[in-house]
Amino acid sequence: MSTSDRPARRPTAAATGRLPWQLLLPSFLAVALLALPVVGLLVRAPWSTLAQQVRDPEVLQALRLSLLTASTSTVVCLVLGTPLAWLLARSTLPGRRALRTLVTVPLVLPPVVGGVALLTVFGRTGIVGGWVYEASGYRLPFTTAGVVVAQTFVAMPFLVLAVEGALRSADPRFDDVAATFGASRWQTFSRVTLPLALPGILSGAILAWARALGEFGATITFNGSFPGTTRTMPSAVYNALNTDFDAAILLSLILLVVSVAILALLRERWLIGAVS
Amino acid sequence: MSGLEAHLVTTRGSFTVDVELRVGAGEVVSVLGPNGSGKTTVLRMLAGLLPLTSGHIRIGAVTIEEPTRGLRSPAQSRGVGLVPQESLLFPHLRVRDQVAFGPRHRGSSRGESRQEADGWLGRTGLSELAARRPAELSGGQARRVAIARALAARPGLLLLDEPLAALDVRAVLELRSFLRRHLADFDGPTVLVTHDALDALVLADRLVVLDRGRVVQAGAPRDVAAHPRSHHVAALVGLNLVQGTAQGRVVTVSAQQQVEVVTADEHDGAVFCSFRPTAVAVYACAPSGSPRNVWRGEITGMTPYGDAVRLEIGGGLPLLADVTATAVAELGLAPGSTVWSTVKATDLDVYPV
Repeated sequence: MSTSDRPARRPTAAATGRLPWQLLLPSFLAVALLALPVVGLLVRAPWSTLAQQVRDPEVLQALRLSLLTASTSTVVCLVLGTPLAWLLARSTLPGRRALRTLVTVPLVLPPVVGGVALLTVFGRTGIVGGWVYEASGYRLPFTTAGVVVAQTFVAMPFLVLAVEGALRSADPRFDDVAATFGASRWQTFSRVTLPLALPGILSGAILAWARALGEFGATITFNGSFPGTTRTMPSAVYNALNTDFDAAILLSLILLVVSVAILALLRERWLIGAVS
Repeated sequence: MSGLEAHLVTTRGSFTVDVELRVGAGEVVSVLGPNGSGKTTVLRMLAGLLPLTSGHIRIGAVTIEEPTRGLRSPAQSRGVGLVPQESLLFPHLRVRDQVAFGPRHRGSSRGESRQEADGWLGRTGLSELAARRPAELSGGQARRVAIARALAARPGLLLLDEPLAALDVRAVLELRSFLRRHLADFDGPTVLVTHDALDALVLADRLVVLDRGRVVQAGAPRDVAAHPRSHHVAALVGLNLVQGTAQGRVVTVSAQQQVEVVTADEHDGAVFCSFRPTAVAVYACAPSGSPRNVWRGEITGMTPYGDAVRLEIGGGLPLLADVTATAVAELGLAPGSTVWSTVKATDLDVYPV
């Protein structure tokens, strides 16, 4: 229980000598590659007209749509993905290995391909979509709901893998104890397992949210880019790129600030508090 | 309340546990044994966390599990109260909700179960801790909460897994009297698993000693302690134990054919001989004179033990000997020293296997 008798994780400089340049140089290049583009955004931002451009209704519309769809798809990921993660981590379901592989496919699939794949199923002539369209006249692509589906498709694996990891590292003996006190499996899940895995679930949700917010390829392929319904921030950036580079920079900057701010806020509020 | 009657059999790989256990209502039976003897496995089977491969578990007239008849009631409907190793308090629940957990899942409403929890916290003197989280409790407090949590579930069978292990000496003393008091109040059968003989002797009405998944001895604590039938129990109660074959007054030690033990009375067949470490006299050179038990050996360990020094002596007959610190100095004893140990025949306790 006490951590004081663990050996120190970092060796002391006195014991190991100078840092080797073979490790320092690549690290430096990595940091430069990661940080310079952000610096570039800040340097090239149209600071003088910023205040006025931010209030542009089209920008606000795209921002609102992005926040709405990313948050909605995160909720969908949580509701559907957490039970799936539990099945993968705790059940003895046959074929769990194959299931996990299936879940990770969207991680390695290029988002554009994901968009095409979604069209083949949910498109107006798709396997499911065609049937729904003929029955009710409803089509999913090119709607805000379609945006949520595309974002959920790409974000779900992040949530499932993070939550599965959290459930695996949570001590299963607590589940046993809960069972001996008369808790059913569902009660054990909702009252013991879930609260214990909460930090992992929250970090999974944050990962999924960030992925959904930045989602572009699958969204634009599946839904196009219509202002107000399917033009999210990344689509708006792409759109502006062809007409007004300054506007693209501005939109990018907003996206950057919003995501960093929300991540920082959540880390502060949830992750730190929940862990300690 | 009704008693427990169980024949617990499970096989995992090459390890088989096969234990018969009867515990009357209000009785405390302690399952004692070294690590890996199957103690925790026994408890897990009773709790329903590990299925039996054969045998049965009955509480009163109700059969809870019997594989040959396809009977098995799951852990959640057995009505046991488990005090697991290391307490395992739910990290996210305050003490009150911790203790309310059992009542809440046995049909009481949230309010009722909180009230029941408050009652138990009062009875166990833990009311002050009601609003604390497990991380804010000391090891001893956490154990008491775990015990209150198990009792609050109004179990038909109480199971305790090493409730006194890994605590500091003071906490163990307090917790032992706490356990004594509350186990006496509990009117169902209690099974207490421990590797500590003192806990077993103080808390249990009856002991069951396990080794390699089998019962090697069962009986009242006093009898088990006086006449140990396994090296583990002998070591736990601080006795030397020798197993051998008696022929008249000579016992040939089973483990070491050349070594013999001379007894005061005549015996025949397989016997145990036990003797106290204080009955052993140690010499730096071979003693001459009266015909006594003399064994040559080498000191393998020395530890202070009360006013004395406990010597671990290896060789033909491994044994423990308690000598005074003065003797250690005078004889120049040190690990590696060759010594001759002697025991009077009248100091030997001899009983059949």
